[in-house]
Amino acid sequence: MKIRLDNVMKTFETFRAVHGVSLEIESGELVALLGPSGSGKTTILRMVAGLEYADAGHIYFGAEDATDIPVRDRSVGFVFQHYALFPHMTVAENIAFGMKVSKVRRDKAAIDTRVTELLRLVQLDGLGQRFPGQISGGQRQRVALARALAVDPKVLLLDEPFGALDANVRRDLRRWLREIHQELGITTLFVTHDQEEALDLADRVVILDKGRIVQQGTPEEVCRNPASAFVMNFLGDTNRFSAAVSGGVARLGDAKIPAPGFADGPVEIFLRPSDLGWSHAGEGIAATVARVIDRPAGRRILALTATGEAVELDVAPETVVSAQQKGVITIERARVYAAA
Amino acid sequence: MARRILPGFPLALGITLVYVSIIVVLPLGALVFKAASLGFEDYWRIVSSPRAVASYRVTALSALAATVFNLVFGMALAWVLVRYRFPGRRFIDALVDLPFALPTAVAGIALTTLFAENGWFGSVLAQAGIKVAYTPLGIMVAMAFTSLPFIVRTVQPVLEDLDPALEEAAQTLGGSDRSIFLRVILPLLAPALLAGLSLSFARSLGEFGAIIFIAGNQPMSTEITALLTFIRLEEYDYQAAAAIASVLLIAAFLMLAVTNILQARALRYTARG
Repeated sequence: MKIRLDNVMKTFETFRAVHGVSLEIESGELVALLGPSGSGKTTILRMVAGLEYADAGHIYFGAEDATDIPVRDRSVGFVFQHYALFPHMTVAENIAFGMKVSKVRRDKAAIDTRVTELLRLVQLDGLGQRFPGQISGGQRQRVALARALAVDPKVLLLDEPFGALDANVRRDLRRWLREIHQELGITTLFVTHDQEEALDLADRVVILDKGRIVQQGTPEEVCRNPASAFVMNFLGDTNRFSAAVSGGVARLGDAKIPAPGFADGPVEIFLRPSDLGWSHAGEGIAATVARVIDRPAGRRILALTATGEAVELDVAPETVVSAQQKGVITIERARVYAAA
Repeated sequence: MARRILPGFPLALGITLVYVSIIVVLPLGALVFKAASLGFEDYWRIVSSPRAVASYRVTALSALAATVFNLVFGMALAWVLVRYRFPGRRFIDALVDLPFALPTAVAGIALTTLFAENGWFGSVLAQAGIKVAYTPLGIMVAMAFTSLPFIVRTVQPVLEDLDPALEEAAQTLGGSDRSIFLRVILPLLAPALLAGLSLSFARSLGEFGAIIFIAGNQPMSTEITALLTFIRLEEYDYQAAAAIASVLLIAAFLMLAVTNILQARALRYTARG
């Protein structure tokens, strides 16, 4: 089912959480709402679910205006950050809840069959009689998903679904959710503040800041072409420099960075650690190594430029470098934004 | 014995046991001892006398009615205090403890004044043909008044800790307000409700001060068991007093045991395994 938000607004007391957001999610698409805390992403998700009412604007499910449909009639599946499993019900009872309270009468055998089917889908066969307190966090999250799917929702909404889990479990669950989505083809919208999670999982990423959409696109589009300094900064580690453009070229140390289309004047230059290299001589920014951090994929150098600015850069694991060494930071790629 | 990180176990346990022995076990033991000094036949004759049985009946039934009333009203009060923000909420919250703080005799006299046939409530109720003071209904009112805080104060913290996401989840799954209340909220409140219910009932069984002013104290109809015990004491019939009191003691004890079992069952989902 296609979802469309048309200029949706929400204010909490004096705080405007969402400023006129318009967004389309195609049927079967997996979309991430990505943003820092306070960006309004969860509020948007809750408005789509019907757990908050929009102050202005409309939300459409397909052709139907769903803005004023109460949550219990909206047939959305919602997965909460902290699972919100009913602690006094077994895993199987949790999954069956939606079918039991539904206006559509189902006989017990049909419910049991569906529960078994869903337990298999979320790979929890045999755990149906456990209570939520007796299973791990990752398993609880999968129960929550099975419970949401049990009522055949038109849309699946997930609020920071993996926020409370260990890094390893999180990665596994992400891949697994992607597979489930592929299998069921249900329109899915999820909220996260973790850019890695959004890029890993989503067909399309919607980046929010202060209640507004700042960029949306495929992971490739937003990574390769961040629309603003905010997006650049938010998507990953960056080094920021102020520089001046003259004649379409910005200068950083003795490196020249092309800045076509920028008028002469101050600009901001953003450099990712992987856009930089370390060399003993050459064109670039003269710097001194302050510290080297070793990581499985390579080495990260924390360096200080001659003017005292801290720069982080990633180099290959073989690179021989140590603290106090002097050298030059070379620039392979850079992004230039108008000075704020 | 395994080494402990937390200090003070022997001392704390020692003090606790001494206090429990002196304050609880010793008086109750004396009561049982006194009652046991009667032969079985005498004991049975005293506790099964028509006047005693009538007192059990009025005490137990009034306590039951008061507890059921408090269950509904106390839960509603706790619900309102936790879920809604309104002017005067803190005042009402403080007011709930008043029955604990007020001397029960004062409560009894106040209730009697209100519900007597010329009192504020009593005169209105009299027109409707309802008589409260000096009837079992009056006993019920006094019991309900003195035991109200138990239900409110046991349910309130549990309700406060109830994750709103549980209700939201139930709503997204299509649950009606009624089915959410019956299937989600009530089962989660059940242990606290049971605890409050047993305390409220036990307190009602033993209440004395508030009741004797409003009850009328007619043997066979509005005489409560605690009063009958007191009358036997006044007559220096210590053994009979102990015998009748032992019935109350056993009843309260059984009731607490039963609610504890029910509570453990309601909480079985918290067991790790």
